[in-house]
Amino acid sequence: MGKKYDAGVKEYRDVYWTPDYVPLDTDLLACFKVTAQEGVPHDEAAAAVAAESSTGTWSTVWSELLTDMEFYKGRAYRIEDVPGDSTCFYAFIAYPIDLFEEGSVVNVLTSLVGNVFGFKAIKALRLEDIRFPIAFVKTCLGPPSGIQVERDKLNKYGRPLLGCTIKPKLGLSAKNYGRAVYECLRGGLDLTKDDENINSQPFMRWRNRFEFVAAAVEKAQAETGEIKGHYLNVTANTPEDMYERAEFAKELGQPVIMHDFLTGGFTANSGLAKWCRDNGILLHIHRAMHAVIDRNPHHGIHFRVLAKCLRLSGGDHLHTGTVVGKLEGDRASTLGFVDQLRESFIPEDRKRGIFFDQDWGSMPGVFAVASGGIHVWHMPALVEIFGDDSILQFGGGTQGHPWGNAAGAAANRVALEACVKARNEGRELEREGRDILAGAAKHSPELAIAMETWKEIVFEFETVDKLDA
Amino acid sequence: MKSNAEMGDYRTAQTLETFSFLPPFSQEEVYAQINYMLSQGLTPSIEHEDPALASSVYWPMWKLPFFGETDLGNVVAELEACHRAYPDHHVRLIGYDNYTQSQGVCFVAYRGKAAA
Repeated sequence: MGKKYDAGVKEYRDVYWTPDYVPLDTDLLACFKVTAQEGVPHDEAAAAVAAESSTGTWSTVWSELLTDMEFYKGRAYRIEDVPGDSTCFYAFIAYPIDLFEEGSVVNVLTSLVGNVFGFKAIKALRLEDIRFPIAFVKTCLGPPSGIQVERDKLNKYGRPLLGCTIKPKLGLSAKNYGRAVYECLRGGLDLTKDDENINSQPFMRWRNRFEFVAAAVEKAQAETGEIKGHYLNVTANTPEDMYERAEFAKELGQPVIMHDFLTGGFTANSGLAKWCRDNGILLHIHRAMHAVIDRNPHHGIHFRVLAKCLRLSGGDHLHTGTVVGKLEGDRASTLGFVDQLRESFIPEDRKRGIFFDQDWGSMPGVFAVASGGIHVWHMPALVEIFGDDSILQFGGGTQGHPWGNAAGAAANRVALEACVKARNEGRELEREGRDILAGAAKHSPELAIAMETWKEIVFEFETVDKLDA
Repeated sequence: MKSNAEMGDYRTAQTLETFSFLPPFSQEEVYAQINYMLSQGLTPSIEHEDPALASSVYWPMWKLPFFGETDLGNVVAELEACHRAYPDHHVRLIGYDNYTQSQGVCFVAYRGKAAA
């Protein structure tokens, strides 16, 4: 090329702002919401983000001339206004696929949400979406089993699965904890869950918990004739401890284990997902810490990106919020990332916060988990919103039943089946929900009492992180 | 807290997955589910099993799945024929989805004699 080395500081936009660039099918594309410092032009700020998240450094260096930077650099190729917010703008950036190690979401995130987020010329920065090229998707292992295989293993079809987190979340002994699990499962739940805070504390060491839970699952299964499971949380302080716990769950013949993918980290998650695939065990994924990262509309990472990364890293279930319960979640936006978990192709749709077409190829789908502050009255809306490929988890809404866990579980199971039946009959669940539940309660005293118990609980606060409109 | 006398006892039941927590379906209710299955483009299929063996993964198929079948009456006729041939067995109705390679519908339409 015959370029000369010219030491000093260049404007980023001279190199990294390429409005004429047409992205390649193999490029990894990202959309950032950029809040630039006063006086920094948009194209310069966008170019700075492209540079700092790919090949650039603040100063020109001679060794750049040893490689073909045109081949490796990230490019800011488009800028758009954010509807309804003049403090920031969208920057679209294309990264060549060879910037990233095959199959490693860890490597992608280290570049895209690394140092650039602390960069001084930018006041705030949010990663809104990533388009993973199919060429990259095919190098990731993804869900260990996926929705279809899990349904076959658990023999559950034509309806959402039903679960609950065992409460109180901390402080139970292993045997008392196993009792709570047994009661939920014999009453009609498919799955129960360790609270994410349960690892191996002094009040209940993991090995004891696993043994008593296994006894509970086995007995409930024998008595009901249905397949049951409990998400045994193997999240631990070291990978060695995590694998030791996973191996023991397998030794006990348990069908499913659990991991917290953000506090545990993507490396641990991808490793555990691979272990699950090798050992035929389902993997439930919790998302503690997500709101720290995804709730601020101007800074951080949108959950749709974290959800996509999880599907690539591997997990069979992922918590997505409930839309209707106690935790944050805008409906259209939630459905947007629920699609990213379950479908094989999702077209761009700004009304649902989806900035790019995303092709998942043959990667299996992940069950969307709705959990947190939900009870039987929410059932019609939940079935309508989340559809069959979801897991609805009622914690307090099962164990808070006046007759106890088994009756609470039965109430939820009756309500769920009544809603699925009504939907299949063509009835409108959200409009006719009250009638549908009241009809089902005629045959189920457990449901009638649950409806009476929770009739006045509502959670109506405004969503903080809304879609830009 | 309810008094002890007001509190009920939940009796564990042998159940048969989807819809087994609802009262047995009337004929019309079964027809509605078949219509749903057909409207979703699913392929109806019928299986039956001795209640003592109900927890096994595979149940014997009644003939083959009814590929291309769109008529409610034909599906009902097969369902009844299977029940007549195996009156003590559970008979379940399945809607195969060839896109997801899963079952969009699966429920026991006739509950066999030994079941609670």
